[in-house]
Amino acid sequence: MPSETRISRPPSRLQIVTDTTFRVLCRGFAWLAVGFAVFIVFKIVVAAMPAIRQYGFDFLTGQVWDPNKKQYSILPEIWGTLSSSFFALLVATAFGVMAAVFLAEGFMADYVFALLRIFRLEYHPVWRKLPEQADMLLRNLIELLAAIPSVVYGLWGLFVVIPLVRPGANWLHANMGWVPFFSTDLSGPGMLPAVIVLAIMILPTITAIGTGAMIAVPTRLKMAAYGLGATRWETILGVTVPTASRGIFGGVVLAFGRALGETMALAMLLGNENVISVSLFSPANTLAALLANAFPEASPKDVGVLMYVATVLLAITLLVNVAGAYVLQRASSGLEGHKS
Amino acid sequence: MTTLDARVDANVLRESGAHETEPFHGVDFSKLERSLRKPRTFMSSALSGIATAMTMFALIPLFSVLGLLLWRGGRKLSIAAFTQLPPAPLEQNGGFGNAIVGTLVIVGMALIISLPVGTMSAIFLAQSKPDNYLAATVRFAAKVLTGFPSILAGVFAYGAVVMVTGGYSALAGAVALSILMVPTILLTAEDAIRMVPKRMKEAAIGIGATDTQTVWMVLLPTAVPVILTGVMLAVARGAGETAPLLFTALFSNYWLLWHGHLELMQPTASLAVLIYNFSGMPFPNQVELAWAAALVLVLLVLAANLIGQSLSHRQVQ
Repeated sequence: MPSETRISRPPSRLQIVTDTTFRVLCRGFAWLAVGFAVFIVFKIVVAAMPAIRQYGFDFLTGQVWDPNKKQYSILPEIWGTLSSSFFALLVATAFGVMAAVFLAEGFMADYVFALLRIFRLEYHPVWRKLPEQADMLLRNLIELLAAIPSVVYGLWGLFVVIPLVRPGANWLHANMGWVPFFSTDLSGPGMLPAVIVLAIMILPTITAIGTGAMIAVPTRLKMAAYGLGATRWETILGVTVPTASRGIFGGVVLAFGRALGETMALAMLLGNENVISVSLFSPANTLAALLANAFPEASPKDVGVLMYVATVLLAITLLVNVAGAYVLQRASSGLEGHKS
Repeated sequence: MTTLDARVDANVLRESGAHETEPFHGVDFSKLERSLRKPRTFMSSALSGIATAMTMFALIPLFSVLGLLLWRGGRKLSIAAFTQLPPAPLEQNGGFGNAIVGTLVIVGMALIISLPVGTMSAIFLAQSKPDNYLAATVRFAAKVLTGFPSILAGVFAYGAVVMVTGGYSALAGAVALSILMVPTILLTAEDAIRMVPKRMKEAAIGIGATDTQTVWMVLLPTAVPVILTGVMLAVARGAGETAPLLFTALFSNYWLLWHGHLELMQPTASLAVLIYNFSGMPFPNQVELAWAAALVLVLLVLAANLIGQSLSHRQVQ
């Protein structure tokens, strides 16, 4: 029987070979992806080893950064990184979680629906789609906040935020200078504008993850609360937010990680001065900004020190990011457990 | 049943003289009405108002940034801006043509690196069993890397490429950006492949296709729109990054194509670094150019985002 007339045949030798090669290749690339991640950490830490040995633990506790005298230490930068991220996180969490509630509960759709009802268009074949579209638009707008490059935010901060907050900040310093937070004046770049811009940049992370977590809360939990006579916000604060709290918390931790690693906006707005101050108006510096400023002009010897700085930043952000990813993973598996 | 219906029913019952069976006897209906004077209702409405105000307030920066970019950047935008080289400090006019080309080339090279790594790993992840240890590790590594500080990608590329090849180059910039692009591509592509209906995959296996044939002829063609969404998002992210390019691609005042050959191993200009360099300058012309470059960069990034989103919407319908 000639082979052409047969409909089915086992895979040819060539097909088996390609199949095996392709599978191995896919697995290889997966290993490559993991290897790449490990190699990045390895490369930075190894490059930092000489400096770690030379400067040791004092590097983290001293306050002097003077390449001319070969004295290096980064306590002000660690302080600046943590405090700017912390303040930004406070602001961004307040606004981000509220925005997440607003999106997840479909407030926007409700408002547009109410507006349409005034004109009796709420069931019109074309107009009735508007509430849903308004909701989508709002969600996309919040996501667009994350799409704008950080260097553009830096530019905007330099020319808009600093002039905007300066009169108010200096008034606060003049009249309430005894409060530690207002103990210096804002001469230009400083903590407050940097924190404002940083908060704007990390808000979408909190909102996106928070919205997802709240939408995933089973509807019958909310319905049960409404059935017991709870008002809308009693339901939100008593049922939705607590049920979604792990997811929201995961988003907040990830946003904290973003804030710690954010470079450009802070390098442009923070003033890059080695100062430890609790004042909201004093200039400061961060690990990432220090890297951005010092690296382009670094001599080969300085590079080792900068690698040490990078290692510290790496350790802090990895810790926070791993924690965030872990919390989120537990949060999603926790919700699946509720479904039983 | 709303309060109004309840009251009507009660009235009907009252008129029919069924006093004994009246179910709402002794109920004060005014207490059941939704009134803002009651603290619980008032609280709810007030919080709704606060949530609305805060959400709208959070959007002000977006419109402020976009408006200012159009106003300050739009003024300076001309054909010269796209075709000329960056000006020296006191020079007038000039443009950022080389920076646009540089951004496109660096992002393009980063895509060449990250696309195969991202999609191939995604195929492996999507095809693997749920308890596969390697797959779980890859997924976790990718999730952690999505939050990887971009400046550290630059530090890595400096150590791995600049120090090895002995100079700043577009290639080093591309390596740095690819680290930031791989996780986005990988995670979206895995989702995309998993979203392909199971029956299509089973049909392919049922008629005797090998795994490779199933992937190339069924899974990938169906998943391509969503995979491209991830790619466009990654491109948008890569194009906007400054920190990883500062000390990998550095900057250059010249064209990438110099005397007829492509200089991939030379310092290369990019829009993002140009904005950073010029924003701190005391010369008005350069600051204005920074705004114009920011407008171009944001348009580029937003276009990539919108294309990406429209691709995945088509898939859903």
